[in-house]
Amino acid sequence: MTTQLTSAPPTAAATGKARRRPADSRAAHGTRPGFLWALPATVFFAVFAIAPLIMVAVLSFMSWNGLGSPRFVGTDNWKRILDDPVMIKSIWLTLLLTALGVVIQTPLSIVLGVWAAGHQRNRAVLSAVYFVPLLLSATAVSVLWRALLDPNFGIPARMTWLFGDGNLFGEQATALGVLAFVSTWQFTPFHTLIYQGAARAVPPVLYQAAAIDGAGRYRQFFHITLPQLRNSVITSMILMIVGGLTTFETVLILTQGGPGTDTTISAYYMYQKAFKGFDFGAGSAIALCLVVAATVVSLIVVRVSGYDKMRSDMEGVS
Amino acid sequence: MRRRPHYLAGAGSIVWLVLVGLPLYVMLAATLRTRQDYAKSGPVSFPGDFTLDNYTGAFDSGFGRYFLNTIVVTVCVVGVVLLLVPPLAYAIVRSRGRVTSQIFRLFLLGLAIPAQAVIVPMFYLISEAGLYDNLLGVILPTAAFCLPMSALILSGAMRDISPELFEAMTMDGASPRRMFFQLVVPLSRGGLSTIVVFSALQAWNGFLFPLVLTQSDSTKVITLGLYNFQTEHGVDIPGLLGAVTLSVVPVLLVYLFARRALVQGLMGMGGK
Repeated sequence: MTTQLTSAPPTAAATGKARRRPADSRAAHGTRPGFLWALPATVFFAVFAIAPLIMVAVLSFMSWNGLGSPRFVGTDNWKRILDDPVMIKSIWLTLLLTALGVVIQTPLSIVLGVWAAGHQRNRAVLSAVYFVPLLLSATAVSVLWRALLDPNFGIPARMTWLFGDGNLFGEQATALGVLAFVSTWQFTPFHTLIYQGAARAVPPVLYQAAAIDGAGRYRQFFHITLPQLRNSVITSMILMIVGGLTTFETVLILTQGGPGTDTTISAYYMYQKAFKGFDFGAGSAIALCLVVAATVVSLIVVRVSGYDKMRSDMEGVS
Repeated sequence: MRRRPHYLAGAGSIVWLVLVGLPLYVMLAATLRTRQDYAKSGPVSFPGDFTLDNYTGAFDSGFGRYFLNTIVVTVCVVGVVLLLVPPLAYAIVRSRGRVTSQIFRLFLLGLAIPAQAVIVPMFYLISEAGLYDNLLGVILPTAAFCLPMSALILSGAMRDISPELFEAMTMDGASPRRMFFQLVVPLSRGGLSTIVVFSALQAWNGFLFPLVLTQSDSTKVITLGLYNFQTEHGVDIPGLLGAVTLSVVPVLLVYLFARRALVQGLMGMGGK
Protein backbone atom coordinates (compact mmCIF):
# COMPACT_ATOMS: atom_id res chain seq x y z
CA MET A 1 0.00 0.00 0.00
CA THR A 2 2.68 2.50 0.97
CA THR A 3 4.62 1.60 -2.14
CA GLN A 4 1.69 2.85 -4.17
CA LEU A 5 1.47 6.00 -2.11
CA THR A 6 4.86 7.43 -2.68
CA SER A 7 6.23 5.97 -5.86
CA ALA A 8 4.04 4.81 -8.66
CA PRO A 9 5.48 1.85 -10.58
CA PRO A 10 7.22 2.79 -13.83
CA THR A 11 4.36 1.72 -16.05
CA ALA A 12 1.88 3.90 -14.18
CA ALA A 13 4.18 6.90 -14.37
CA ALA A 14 4.70 6.37 -18.04
CA THR A 15 1.06 5.90 -18.99
CA GLY A 16 -0.16 8.89 -17.03
CA LYS A 17 -1.35 9.74 -13.59
CA ALA A 18 -5.00 8.87 -14.24
CA ARG A 19 -4.49 5.41 -12.78
CA ARG A 20 -3.71 6.78 -9.36
CA ARG A 21 -6.82 6.84 -7.24
CA PRO A 22 -7.85 10.17 -5.66
CA ALA A 23 -7.64 8.72 -2.16
CA ASP A 24 -3.99 7.83 -2.76
CA SER A 25 -3.00 11.23 -4.03
CA ARG A 26 -4.68 12.93 -1.10
CA ALA A 27 -2.83 10.71 1.33
CA ALA A 28 0.41 11.26 -0.54
CA HIS A 29 -0.10 14.99 -0.37
CA GLY A 30 0.49 15.08 3.36
CA THR A 31 3.98 13.61 3.05
CA ARG A 32 5.09 15.77 0.16
CA PRO A 33 6.26 19.38 0.39
CA GLY A 34 3.98 22.02 -1.08
CA PHE A 35 5.07 24.80 -3.42
CA LEU A 36 5.57 27.08 -0.41
CA TRP A 37 8.99 25.46 -0.01
CA ALA A 38 9.96 26.86 -3.39
CA LEU A 39 8.50 30.29 -2.74
CA PRO A 40 11.41 32.20 -1.11
CA ALA A 41 13.83 31.28 -3.88
CA THR A 42 11.23 32.03 -6.53
CA VAL A 43 10.42 35.47 -5.15
CA PHE A 44 14.11 36.30 -4.86
CA PHE A 45 14.75 35.16 -8.40
CA ALA A 46 11.70 37.02 -9.69
CA VAL A 47 12.88 40.30 -8.14
CA PHE A 48 16.53 40.12 -9.18
CA ALA A 49 16.36 38.31 -12.52
CA ILE A 50 12.86 38.16 -13.99
CA ALA A 51 11.84 41.73 -13.10
CA PRO A 52 15.00 43.23 -14.65
CA LEU A 53 14.36 41.13 -17.72
CA ILE A 54 10.89 42.65 -18.08
CA MET A 55 12.24 46.11 -17.29
CA VAL A 56 14.83 45.88 -20.05
CA ALA A 57 11.98 45.54 -22.55
CA VAL A 58 10.18 48.56 -21.05
CA LEU A 59 13.35 50.66 -20.86
CA SER A 60 14.07 50.04 -24.53
CA PHE A 61 11.08 52.31 -25.27
CA MET A 62 12.20 55.00 -22.84
CA SER A 63 14.84 57.66 -22.67
CA TRP A 64 17.00 57.75 -19.55
CA ASN A 65 20.40 59.26 -18.92
CA GLY A 66 20.99 57.69 -15.53
CA LEU A 67 19.61 60.61 -13.53
CA GLY A 68 15.98 61.51 -12.89
CA SER A 69 13.12 59.43 -14.21
CA PRO A 70 12.95 57.52 -17.49
CA ARG A 71 10.64 59.11 -20.08
CA PHE A 72 8.58 57.26 -22.69
CA VAL A 73 9.81 57.91 -26.24
CA GLY A 74 8.16 55.15 -28.29
CA THR A 75 10.29 53.38 -30.85
CA ASP A 76 12.88 56.15 -30.95
CA ASN A 77 15.71 54.02 -29.46
CA TRP A 78 14.99 51.17 -31.83
CA LYS A 79 15.04 53.45 -34.87
CA ARG A 80 18.36 54.86 -33.73
CA ILE A 81 20.11 51.59 -33.13
CA LEU A 82 18.80 50.07 -36.37
CA ASP A 83 20.14 53.09 -38.29
CA ASP A 84 23.45 52.91 -36.48
CA PRO A 85 26.18 51.41 -38.69
CA VAL A 86 28.27 50.54 -35.61
CA MET A 87 25.36 48.49 -34.25
CA ILE A 88 24.89 46.60 -37.51
CA LYS A 89 28.64 45.99 -37.67
CA SER A 90 28.62 44.78 -34.05
CA ILE A 91 25.98 42.17 -34.87
CA TRP A 92 28.13 40.78 -37.67
CA LEU A 93 31.22 40.81 -35.46
CA THR A 94 29.33 39.00 -32.70
CA LEU A 95 28.16 36.35 -35.14
CA LEU A 96 31.65 36.01 -36.60
CA LEU A 97 33.33 35.57 -33.21
CA THR A 98 30.64 33.14 -32.03
CA ALA A 99 31.01 31.07 -35.19
CA LEU A 100 34.80 31.11 -34.87
CA GLY A 101 34.48 29.91 -31.28
CA VAL A 102 32.23 26.99 -32.24
CA VAL A 103 34.36 25.96 -35.21
CA ILE A 104 37.65 26.05 -33.31
CA GLN A 105 36.59 24.79 -29.90
CA THR A 106 34.26 21.93 -30.85
CA PRO A 107 36.79 19.62 -32.57
CA LEU A 108 39.52 20.59 -30.12
CA SER A 109 37.45 19.83 -27.03
CA ILE A 110 36.05 16.59 -28.46
CA VAL A 111 39.56 15.28 -29.11
CA LEU A 112 40.87 16.47 -25.75
CA GLY A 113 37.79 15.18 -23.91
CA VAL A 114 37.96 11.72 -25.44
CA TRP A 115 41.69 11.65 -24.73
CA ALA A 116 41.20 12.74 -21.11
CA ALA A 117 38.47 10.14 -20.64
CA GLY A 118 41.11 7.41 -20.69
CA HIS A 119 42.04 6.16 -17.25
CA GLN A 120 45.82 6.22 -17.76
CA ARG A 121 47.69 7.98 -14.99
CA ASN A 122 49.60 10.41 -17.24
CA ARG A 123 46.30 11.53 -18.71
CA ALA A 124 44.87 12.24 -15.28
CA VAL A 125 47.90 14.33 -14.33
CA LEU A 126 47.93 16.29 -17.59
CA SER A 127 44.18 16.95 -17.50
CA ALA A 128 44.59 18.44 -14.03
CA VAL A 129 46.85 21.06 -15.65
CA TYR A 130 44.56 21.50 -18.65
CA PHE A 131 41.67 22.55 -16.44
CA VAL A 132 43.52 25.40 -14.74
CA PRO A 133 42.34 28.12 -17.20
CA LEU A 134 38.81 27.28 -16.15
CA LEU A 135 39.56 28.43 -12.61
CA LEU A 136 40.69 31.90 -13.64
CA SER A 137 38.09 34.61 -13.93
CA ALA A 138 37.46 35.99 -17.39
CA THR A 139 39.02 39.19 -16.06
CA ALA A 140 42.21 37.44 -14.93
CA VAL A 141 42.49 35.56 -18.23
CA SER A 142 42.07 38.75 -20.25
CA VAL A 143 44.51 40.73 -18.11
CA LEU A 144 47.03 37.88 -18.34
CA TRP A 145 46.84 37.67 -22.13
CA ARG A 146 46.85 41.44 -22.52
CA ALA A 147 50.16 41.40 -20.63
CA LEU A 148 51.58 38.42 -22.54
CA LEU A 149 50.66 39.97 -25.89
CA ASP A 150 51.73 43.49 -24.97
CA PRO A 151 53.00 45.23 -28.13
CA ASN A 152 56.18 46.44 -26.40
CA PHE A 153 57.04 43.93 -23.68
CA GLY A 154 55.06 40.82 -24.63
CA ILE A 155 55.81 37.64 -26.54
CA PRO A 156 54.97 39.02 -30.05
CA ALA A 157 57.54 41.82 -29.59
CA ARG A 158 60.18 39.09 -29.17
CA MET A 159 59.01 37.08 -32.17
CA THR A 160 58.87 39.71 -34.88
CA TRP A 161 59.71 37.07 -37.52
CA LEU A 162 56.24 35.67 -36.86
CA PHE A 163 54.19 38.64 -35.72
CA GLY A 164 55.60 41.52 -37.81
CA ASP A 165 55.67 44.71 -35.77
CA GLY A 166 54.48 42.77 -32.72
CA ASN A 167 51.27 44.77 -32.31
CA LEU A 168 48.42 42.31 -32.60
CA PHE A 169 45.90 44.89 -31.46
CA GLY A 170 46.54 47.30 -34.34
CA GLU A 171 44.60 45.52 -37.07
CA GLN A 172 41.11 44.07 -37.20
CA ALA A 173 42.11 40.61 -38.38
CA THR A 174 44.76 40.04 -35.72
CA ALA A 175 42.65 41.66 -32.98
CA LEU A 176 39.76 39.32 -33.79
CA GLY A 177 42.26 36.47 -33.86
CA VAL A 178 43.43 37.38 -30.36
CA LEU A 179 39.83 37.43 -29.08
CA ALA A 180 39.05 34.04 -30.66
CA PHE A 181 42.30 32.59 -29.32
CA VAL A 182 41.82 33.84 -25.76
CA SER A 183 38.22 32.54 -25.68
CA THR A 184 39.47 29.19 -26.92
CA TRP A 185 42.18 29.11 -24.28
CA GLN A 186 39.69 29.95 -21.58
CA PHE A 187 36.67 27.83 -22.52
CA THR A 188 38.06 24.72 -24.21
CA PRO A 189 38.74 23.07 -20.81
CA PHE A 190 35.08 23.48 -19.88
CA HIS A 191 33.83 21.79 -23.04
CA THR A 192 36.55 19.18 -22.63
CA LEU A 193 34.99 18.35 -19.26
CA ILE A 194 31.60 17.82 -20.91
CA TYR A 195 33.07 15.46 -23.49
CA GLN A 196 35.23 13.67 -20.95
CA GLY A 197 32.14 12.82 -18.90
CA ALA A 198 30.19 11.75 -21.97
CA ALA A 199 33.03 9.65 -23.38
CA ARG A 200 33.36 7.82 -20.06
CA ALA A 201 29.65 6.99 -20.20
CA VAL A 202 29.98 5.14 -23.51
CA PRO A 203 29.32 1.44 -22.72
CA PRO A 204 32.67 -0.43 -22.98
CA VAL A 205 30.88 -3.37 -24.58
CA LEU A 206 30.52 -1.32 -27.78
CA TYR A 207 34.30 -1.04 -28.07
CA GLN A 208 34.81 -4.71 -27.27
CA ALA A 209 32.35 -5.69 -30.00
CA ALA A 210 34.08 -3.34 -32.45
CA ALA A 211 37.50 -4.72 -31.52
CA ILE A 212 36.27 -8.25 -32.17
CA ASP A 213 35.05 -7.09 -35.58
CA GLY A 214 38.57 -5.81 -36.22
CA ALA A 215 37.81 -2.08 -36.11
CA GLY A 216 40.92 0.00 -35.43
CA ARG A 217 41.28 2.94 -33.10
CA TYR A 218 40.24 5.58 -35.62
CA ARG A 219 37.25 3.63 -36.89
CA GLN A 220 36.15 3.14 -33.30
CA PHE A 221 36.44 6.89 -32.74
CA PHE A 222 34.39 7.82 -35.79
CA HIS A 223 31.83 5.02 -35.64
CA ILE A 224 31.29 4.58 -31.92
CA THR A 225 32.60 7.50 -29.88
CA LEU A 226 31.38 10.37 -32.07
CA PRO A 227 27.81 9.08 -32.53
CA GLN A 228 27.60 8.41 -28.79
CA LEU A 229 28.66 12.00 -28.06
CA ARG A 230 25.89 13.49 -30.20
CA ASN A 231 23.84 14.93 -27.34
CA SER A 232 26.91 16.41 -25.68
CA VAL A 233 27.89 18.07 -28.94
CA ILE A 234 24.50 19.77 -29.07
CA THR A 235 24.63 20.90 -25.44
CA SER A 236 28.20 22.11 -25.73
CA MET A 237 27.56 24.00 -28.98
CA ILE A 238 24.54 25.76 -27.55
CA LEU A 239 26.54 26.82 -24.50
CA MET A 240 29.27 28.08 -26.83
CA ILE A 241 26.71 30.10 -28.78
CA VAL A 242 25.15 31.67 -25.68
CA GLY A 243 28.63 32.36 -24.31
CA GLY A 244 29.75 33.84 -27.62
CA LEU A 245 26.76 36.17 -27.84
CA THR A 246 27.51 37.56 -24.39
CA THR A 247 31.31 37.86 -24.58
CA PHE A 248 32.19 41.06 -22.79
CA GLU A 249 35.21 41.06 -20.48
CA THR A 250 37.60 39.81 -23.14
CA VAL A 251 36.73 42.71 -25.43
CA LEU A 252 36.67 45.32 -22.67
CA ILE A 253 40.12 44.37 -21.42
CA LEU A 254 41.94 43.13 -24.52
CA THR A 255 40.85 45.46 -27.32
CA GLN A 256 38.39 48.02 -25.92
CA GLY A 257 36.44 47.36 -29.10
CA GLY A 258 39.30 48.64 -31.25
CA PRO A 259 41.08 49.39 -33.45
CA GLY A 260 38.31 51.94 -34.02
CA THR A 261 35.12 49.92 -33.73
CA ASP A 262 36.61 46.89 -35.46
CA THR A 263 36.07 44.51 -32.52
CA THR A 264 33.06 46.26 -30.95
CA ILE A 265 30.69 43.35 -30.49
CA SER A 266 27.08 43.85 -29.38
CA ALA A 267 27.45 43.19 -25.64
CA TYR A 268 30.38 45.62 -25.46
CA TYR A 269 28.53 48.20 -27.55
CA MET A 270 25.58 47.96 -25.18
CA TYR A 271 27.88 48.63 -22.22
CA GLN A 272 29.43 51.59 -24.01
CA LYS A 273 26.08 53.08 -25.03
CA ALA A 274 24.59 52.72 -21.57
CA PHE A 275 27.42 53.27 -19.14
CA LYS A 276 29.83 55.42 -21.16
CA GLY A 277 27.36 57.34 -23.33
CA PHE A 278 24.59 57.42 -20.69
CA ASP A 279 22.09 56.43 -23.36
CA PHE A 280 20.37 53.76 -21.27
CA GLY A 281 17.41 53.50 -23.67
CA ALA A 282 19.55 52.43 -26.62
CA GLY A 283 21.57 50.19 -24.31
CA SER A 284 18.36 48.44 -23.26
CA ALA A 285 17.30 47.94 -26.86
CA ILE A 286 20.62 46.22 -27.63
CA ALA A 287 20.30 44.18 -24.42
CA LEU A 288 16.83 43.04 -25.49
CA CYS A 289 18.26 41.78 -28.78
CA LEU A 290 20.77 39.73 -26.77
CA VAL A 291 18.01 38.36 -24.53
CA VAL A 292 15.93 37.30 -27.51
CA ALA A 293 18.90 35.62 -29.16
CA ALA A 294 19.87 33.83 -25.93
CA THR A 295 16.28 32.78 -25.19
CA VAL A 296 15.83 31.26 -28.61
CA VAL A 297 19.00 29.26 -28.05
CA SER A 298 17.92 28.29 -24.52
CA LEU A 299 14.53 27.05 -25.70
CA ILE A 300 16.45 24.81 -28.04
CA VAL A 301 18.53 23.61 -25.05
CA VAL A 302 15.43 22.70 -23.07
CA ARG A 303 13.90 20.92 -26.06
CA VAL A 304 16.98 19.10 -27.26
CA SER A 305 18.37 18.02 -23.91
CA GLY A 306 14.95 16.96 -22.64
CA TYR A 307 15.30 18.85 -19.34
CA ASP A 308 11.55 19.39 -19.20
CA LYS A 309 10.91 15.69 -19.48
CA MET A 310 13.58 14.75 -16.96
CA ARG A 311 11.21 15.02 -14.01
CA SER A 312 8.73 12.33 -15.09
CA ASP A 313 11.51 10.14 -16.40
CA MET A 314 13.33 10.25 -13.11
CA GLU A 315 10.22 9.48 -11.11
CA GLY A 316 9.55 6.56 -13.41
CA VAL A 317 13.04 5.14 -13.18
CA SER A 318 13.04 5.08 -9.39
CA MET B 1 44.48 -5.69 -21.83
CA ARG B 2 47.60 -3.70 -22.60
CA ARG B 3 47.29 -1.28 -25.49
CA ARG B 4 50.09 0.20 -27.52
CA PRO B 5 50.70 3.88 -26.74
CA HIS B 6 48.85 6.39 -28.91
CA TYR B 7 51.63 8.54 -30.37
CA LEU B 8 49.41 11.07 -32.18
CA ALA B 9 47.34 11.70 -29.08
CA GLY B 10 50.51 11.96 -27.03
CA ALA B 11 51.97 14.60 -29.36
CA GLY B 12 48.71 16.56 -29.43
CA SER B 13 48.45 16.51 -25.67
CA ILE B 14 51.95 17.93 -25.35
CA VAL B 15 51.16 20.78 -27.75
CA TRP B 16 48.12 21.65 -25.65
CA LEU B 17 50.16 21.38 -22.47
CA VAL B 18 52.58 23.99 -23.84
CA LEU B 19 49.69 26.27 -24.85
CA VAL B 20 48.21 26.07 -21.37
CA GLY B 21 51.36 25.75 -19.32
CA LEU B 22 53.56 28.38 -20.97
CA PRO B 23 51.29 31.36 -20.17
CA LEU B 24 50.90 30.10 -16.61
CA TYR B 25 54.69 29.75 -16.31
CA VAL B 26 55.26 33.24 -17.74
CA MET B 27 52.74 34.59 -15.29
CA LEU B 28 54.43 33.04 -12.26
CA ALA B 29 57.95 33.78 -13.47
CA ALA B 30 57.12 37.42 -14.21
CA THR B 31 55.75 38.01 -10.72
CA LEU B 32 59.10 37.02 -9.20
CA ARG B 33 61.24 39.48 -11.17
CA THR B 34 61.69 43.21 -11.51
CA ARG B 35 60.17 45.28 -14.29
CA GLN B 36 63.62 46.03 -15.71
CA ASP B 37 64.54 42.36 -15.86
CA TYR B 38 61.24 41.48 -17.53
CA ALA B 39 61.68 44.20 -20.16
CA LYS B 40 65.33 43.29 -20.79
CA SER B 41 65.27 39.50 -21.08
CA GLY B 42 61.70 38.93 -22.23
CA PRO B 43 58.72 37.11 -20.80
CA VAL B 44 59.73 33.49 -21.44
CA SER B 45 63.20 33.57 -19.90
CA PHE B 46 63.98 32.49 -16.35
CA PRO B 47 63.84 35.28 -13.72
CA GLY B 48 67.25 36.93 -13.37
CA ASP B 49 66.84 38.84 -10.14
CA PHE B 50 64.46 37.36 -7.64
CA THR B 51 62.02 39.72 -5.88
CA LEU B 52 58.69 39.67 -4.09
CA ASP B 53 58.06 43.38 -4.70
CA ASN B 54 55.28 42.64 -7.16
CA TYR B 55 53.20 40.98 -4.48
CA THR B 56 53.83 43.59 -1.83
CA GLY B 57 53.21 46.23 -4.50
CA ALA B 58 49.80 44.76 -5.21
CA PHE B 59 48.90 45.02 -1.54
CA ASP B 60 50.20 48.59 -1.42
CA SER B 61 47.86 49.55 -4.24
CA GLY B 62 44.82 48.40 -2.27
CA PHE B 63 44.48 44.70 -3.03
CA GLY B 64 44.18 43.84 0.66
CA ARG B 65 40.95 45.81 0.78
CA TYR B 66 39.72 44.29 -2.48
CA PHE B 67 40.42 40.82 -1.10
CA LEU B 68 38.38 41.55 1.97
CA ASN B 69 35.47 42.87 -0.11
CA THR B 70 35.56 39.82 -2.37
CA ILE B 71 35.53 37.50 0.64
CA VAL B 72 32.49 39.32 2.05
CA VAL B 73 30.67 39.09 -1.29
CA THR B 74 31.56 35.41 -1.72
CA VAL B 75 30.53 34.37 1.79
CA CYS B 76 27.22 36.24 1.56
CA VAL B 77 26.40 34.87 -1.90
CA VAL B 78 27.08 31.33 -0.71
CA GLY B 79 24.93 32.02 2.36
CA VAL B 80 21.97 33.22 0.31
CA VAL B 81 22.28 30.25 -2.05
CA LEU B 82 22.43 27.78 0.86
CA LEU B 83 19.39 29.37 2.45
CA LEU B 84 17.22 29.42 -0.67
CA VAL B 85 18.20 26.49 -2.86
CA PRO B 86 17.78 23.39 -0.64
CA PRO B 87 14.07 24.02 0.06
CA LEU B 88 13.56 24.88 -3.60
CA ALA B 89 15.27 21.71 -4.82
CA TYR B 90 13.33 19.66 -2.25
CA ALA B 91 10.04 21.02 -3.59
CA ILE B 92 11.15 20.44 -7.19
CA VAL B 93 12.03 16.82 -6.50
CA ARG B 94 9.26 15.82 -4.10
CA SER B 95 6.26 18.04 -4.77
CA ARG B 96 3.76 16.81 -7.30
CA GLY B 97 1.92 20.13 -7.59
CA ARG B 98 1.51 21.95 -10.89
CA VAL B 99 2.80 25.22 -9.41
CA THR B 100 6.12 23.60 -8.53
CA SER B 101 6.65 22.21 -11.99
CA GLN B 102 5.97 25.67 -13.43
CA ILE B 103 8.51 27.07 -10.98
CA PHE B 104 11.03 24.47 -12.10
CA ARG B 105 10.43 25.49 -15.70
CA LEU B 106 10.97 29.14 -14.76
CA PHE B 107 14.38 28.33 -13.29
CA LEU B 108 15.34 26.25 -16.33
CA LEU B 109 14.60 29.22 -18.56
CA GLY B 110 16.46 31.37 -16.06
CA LEU B 111 19.58 29.34 -16.82
CA ALA B 112 19.86 31.20 -20.09
CA ILE B 113 19.36 34.78 -18.92
CA PRO B 114 22.72 36.42 -19.54
CA ALA B 115 23.80 38.88 -16.83
CA GLN B 116 24.86 41.24 -19.63
CA ALA B 117 21.24 41.52 -20.71
CA VAL B 118 19.95 42.86 -17.40
CA ILE B 119 22.68 45.22 -16.24
CA VAL B 120 20.82 48.37 -17.33
CA PRO B 121 17.62 47.64 -15.34
CA MET B 122 19.76 46.18 -12.55
CA PHE B 123 21.60 49.48 -12.32
CA TYR B 124 18.23 51.27 -12.17
CA LEU B 125 16.79 48.88 -9.53
CA ILE B 126 19.87 48.94 -7.31
CA SER B 127 20.16 52.74 -7.55
CA GLU B 128 16.47 53.18 -6.69
CA ALA B 129 16.91 50.83 -3.73
CA GLY B 130 19.78 53.01 -2.50
CA LEU B 131 22.24 50.14 -2.80
CA TYR B 132 24.49 51.65 -5.47
CA ASP B 133 28.16 51.42 -4.49
CA ASN B 134 27.23 49.07 -1.65
CA LEU B 135 28.45 45.48 -1.42
CA LEU B 136 24.87 44.33 -0.75
CA GLY B 137 23.96 45.67 -4.19
CA VAL B 138 26.54 43.29 -5.69
CA ILE B 139 25.61 40.33 -3.47
CA LEU B 140 21.89 40.23 -4.28
CA PRO B 141 22.04 40.02 -8.09
CA THR B 142 25.08 37.73 -8.01
CA ALA B 143 23.21 35.30 -5.72
CA ALA B 144 20.10 35.49 -7.91
CA PHE B 145 22.09 34.49 -10.96
CA CYS B 146 23.52 31.48 -9.09
CA LEU B 147 20.07 30.10 -8.31
CA PRO B 148 19.07 28.34 -11.55
CA MET B 149 22.24 26.27 -11.88
CA SER B 150 22.38 25.52 -8.15
CA ALA B 151 18.75 24.37 -8.21
CA LEU B 152 19.50 22.10 -11.14
CA ILE B 153 22.61 20.59 -9.50
CA LEU B 154 20.99 20.08 -6.10
CA SER B 155 17.72 18.66 -7.41
CA GLY B 156 19.81 16.20 -9.41
CA ALA B 157 21.56 15.12 -6.21
CA MET B 158 18.27 14.84 -4.32
CA ARG B 159 16.77 12.62 -7.00
CA ASP B 160 19.44 10.06 -6.21
CA ILE B 161 18.03 9.54 -2.72
CA SER B 162 16.34 6.16 -2.68
CA PRO B 163 12.50 6.37 -2.66
CA GLU B 164 12.37 3.55 -0.12
CA LEU B 165 13.84 5.92 2.47
CA PHE B 166 11.01 8.38 1.85
CA GLU B 167 8.50 5.53 2.11
CA ALA B 168 9.98 4.40 5.39
CA MET B 169 9.71 7.90 6.82
CA THR B 170 6.18 8.23 5.47
CA MET B 171 5.25 5.08 7.36
CA ASP B 172 6.65 6.69 10.49
CA GLY B 173 4.30 9.58 9.83
CA ALA B 174 7.11 12.08 9.25
CA SER B 175 6.17 15.56 8.09
CA PRO B 176 7.77 17.05 4.93
CA ARG B 177 9.72 19.30 7.26
CA ARG B 178 11.18 16.40 9.24
CA MET B 179 12.04 14.50 6.06
CA PHE B 180 13.83 17.58 4.80
CA PHE B 181 16.05 17.97 7.84
CA GLN B 182 16.60 14.32 8.75
CA LEU B 183 16.75 12.69 5.34
CA VAL B 184 17.15 15.07 2.41
CA VAL B 185 19.78 17.47 3.77
CA PRO B 186 22.12 14.81 5.24
CA LEU B 187 21.91 12.66 2.11
CA SER B 188 22.55 15.45 -0.38
CA ARG B 189 25.81 16.65 1.15
CA GLY B 190 27.68 16.01 -2.11
CA GLY B 191 25.27 18.19 -4.04
CA LEU B 192 25.41 20.84 -1.34
CA SER B 193 29.19 21.07 -1.48
CA THR B 194 28.98 21.28 -5.26
CA ILE B 195 26.63 24.28 -5.15
CA VAL B 196 28.78 25.93 -2.49
CA VAL B 197 31.85 25.66 -4.71
CA PHE B 198 29.89 26.67 -7.79
CA SER B 199 28.38 29.81 -6.27
CA ALA B 200 31.62 30.74 -4.52
CA LEU B 201 33.40 30.55 -7.87
CA GLN B 202 30.73 32.70 -9.50
CA ALA B 203 30.99 35.30 -6.75
CA TRP B 204 34.79 35.29 -6.61
CA ASN B 205 35.18 35.64 -10.37
CA GLY B 206 32.20 37.94 -10.93
CA PHE B 207 33.01 41.14 -12.81
CA LEU B 208 30.02 42.66 -14.56
CA PHE B 209 27.81 43.44 -11.54
CA PRO B 210 30.67 45.02 -9.54
CA LEU B 211 31.70 46.95 -12.66
CA VAL B 212 28.36 48.69 -13.09
CA LEU B 213 27.07 48.69 -9.51
CA THR B 214 30.06 50.00 -7.57
CA GLN B 215 32.52 52.83 -8.10
CA SER B 216 34.56 53.72 -5.02
CA ASP B 217 37.71 52.07 -3.75
CA SER B 218 36.05 50.93 -0.52
CA THR B 219 33.62 48.64 -2.38
CA LYS B 220 35.99 47.35 -5.02
CA VAL B 221 36.32 43.60 -5.55
CA ILE B 222 39.42 41.86 -6.89
CA THR B 223 38.37 41.46 -10.51
CA LEU B 224 37.56 45.16 -10.68
CA GLY B 225 40.86 45.93 -8.96
CA LEU B 226 42.67 43.95 -11.68
CA TYR B 227 40.84 45.83 -14.39
CA ASN B 228 41.70 49.19 -12.83
CA PHE B 229 45.30 48.19 -12.23
CA GLN B 230 45.54 47.24 -15.89
CA THR B 231 44.13 50.54 -17.14
CA GLU B 232 46.28 52.58 -14.74
CA HIS B 233 49.60 50.70 -14.68
CA GLY B 234 49.32 48.70 -17.92
CA VAL B 235 53.09 48.89 -18.52
CA ASP B 236 54.04 47.43 -15.14
CA ILE B 237 53.49 43.89 -16.35
CA PRO B 238 55.17 42.01 -13.46
CA GLY B 239 53.14 44.04 -10.97
CA LEU B 240 49.96 43.38 -12.93
CA LEU B 241 50.63 39.65 -13.11
CA GLY B 242 51.42 39.59 -9.38
CA ALA B 243 47.91 40.93 -8.78
CA VAL B 244 46.43 38.35 -11.16
CA THR B 245 48.28 35.56 -9.35
CA LEU B 246 47.04 36.72 -5.97
CA SER B 247 43.46 36.72 -7.24
CA VAL B 248 43.80 33.12 -8.39
CA VAL B 249 45.46 31.62 -5.30
CA PRO B 250 42.26 30.98 -3.30
CA VAL B 251 40.59 29.26 -6.25
CA LEU B 252 43.66 27.13 -6.84
CA LEU B 253 43.53 26.06 -3.19
CA VAL B 254 39.93 24.96 -3.64
CA TYR B 255 40.97 23.10 -6.77
CA LEU B 256 43.64 21.25 -4.79
CA PHE B 257 41.49 20.36 -1.80
CA ALA B 258 37.97 20.07 -3.19
CA ARG B 259 38.59 19.04 -6.74
CA ARG B 260 35.73 16.61 -6.95
CA ALA B 261 33.13 19.15 -5.84
CA LEU B 262 34.64 21.76 -8.13
CA VAL B 263 34.69 19.57 -11.21
CA GLN B 264 31.16 18.42 -10.51
CA GLY B 265 30.03 22.01 -10.12
CA LEU B 266 31.62 22.80 -13.46
CA MET B 267 30.13 19.71 -15.05
CA GLY B 268 26.76 20.87 -13.79
CA MET B 269 27.18 23.90 -15.98
CA GLY B 270 27.23 21.56 -18.94
CA GLY B 271 23.74 20.45 -17.98
CA LYS B 272 24.65 16.84 -17.50
